[in-house]
Amino acid sequence: MTDVFTGRLTPRADGLHPPPLAPAYRSTALRSPRHAPIRMPSTTTEETGPVFGHDMIAPLDHDLTANFGSGGAIGEQVFVMGHLRDEGGRPIAGALIEVWQANAGGRYRHARDGYLAPLDPGFGGCGRCLTDDAGAYSFRTIRPGAYPWPNGGNDWRPAHIHFSVFGHAFGQRLVTQMYFEGDPHIALCPIVQSIPDPAAIDRLIARLDMGATVPFDARAYRFDITLRGLSATPFGAGA
Amino acid sequence: MTRETASQTAGPYLHIGLLPAAAGLTAAGDEIVAAPVGTVAVGQPIAFRAAIVDGMGAPVTDALVELWQIDGAGHGLWRRSACDGDGHVRFETVRPAALPGQAPHLTLWIVARGIGLPLQTRAYFDDASENNDDPVLARVPAARRKTLMAHRNDDAWTMNIALQGADETVFFNI
Repeated sequence: MTDVFTGRLTPRADGLHPPPLAPAYRSTALRSPRHAPIRMPSTTTEETGPVFGHDMIAPLDHDLTANFGSGGAIGEQVFVMGHLRDEGGRPIAGALIEVWQANAGGRYRHARDGYLAPLDPGFGGCGRCLTDDAGAYSFRTIRPGAYPWPNGGNDWRPAHIHFSVFGHAFGQRLVTQMYFEGDPHIALCPIVQSIPDPAAIDRLIARLDMGATVPFDARAYRFDITLRGLSATPFGAGA
Repeated sequence: MTRETASQTAGPYLHIGLLPAAAGLTAAGDEIVAAPVGTVAVGQPIAFRAAIVDGMGAPVTDALVELWQIDGAGHGLWRRSACDGDGHVRFETVRPAALPGQAPHLTLWIVARGIGLPLQTRAYFDDASENNDDPVLARVPAARRKTLMAHRNDDAWTMNIALQGADETVFFNI
């Protein structure tokens, strides 16, 4: 039995992620397990994961201003870029990052979104890329709009981009949302504020990066992502 | 050490980013992004279907599930599928082999509106003799192990996933 729990994945830190039940975010009420999850060190199952190849990525997949329509997308032009690393600071290369977002008016191109802001014929709202050898990624897109959502009666989501990230192990899998520096809705949002650790919230906020901004073209925002550590040797085998 | 980036819900519009073709994100007849597909699977073809319900027993129609398993030859196999209007998610896959020391199992990773940190669980096959010696099942209180068992039905192996309630499914913190 001791051989199965190899424990190469760093255990998840308590207090870092949103708890299952976050009362101010009402959708959690009926979707939150009441039992604590069963803790266990990782096994081979969680320490391995799918591999995605460049043949799955089309040339414009990383450019949300060009990958849907031919006329360009309406809104503030931005690059969103950063590095993907593990908790030990090691770059994670060849990892699939997928993003999706609302358009500049705060409307998603989705059958269930009925917000009054119009769809942009030049904007679909999804993109993907693989990280390079240094773990770097970059998307070109438009800054999404804030939008109201049915929760507390007058709740507005801060402008955000959804991220889905794979590491090299399925147990490193992450979904999160990236916010923009200076947005006053960050402090008001029940979804953001369900994260108990203010420092962890701060790391979800992308910073304007003038050094990477392309003059007379698009501003750059930097968002670095960290996945759980995957060690060659066990952290807590048999724990 | 920099800790893991905090999780946030995938929200109600996850299909746009994760299954864009199914979400109808086509332009001029071209799909801008096709969902990645797994490797060619070796083994006995099976269908697997899970019915996801919330704490009131209502179907969860907006969840997305990823499947991670080995095939019959031990190669990793990954699939992604969204719930339908009945809260059912279905995968065409193969019956997995057994990893050393473990019973054959499927890993299921669930995201949806109202789920802040993805829920991870396993599906075991209720006819597998290895289940009696599986060290992960051994960590689960005996009364709750049944929530991790898939049963063979006419058209698929099936399992209920209750996010909350009397028959709440066992989830893992790995």
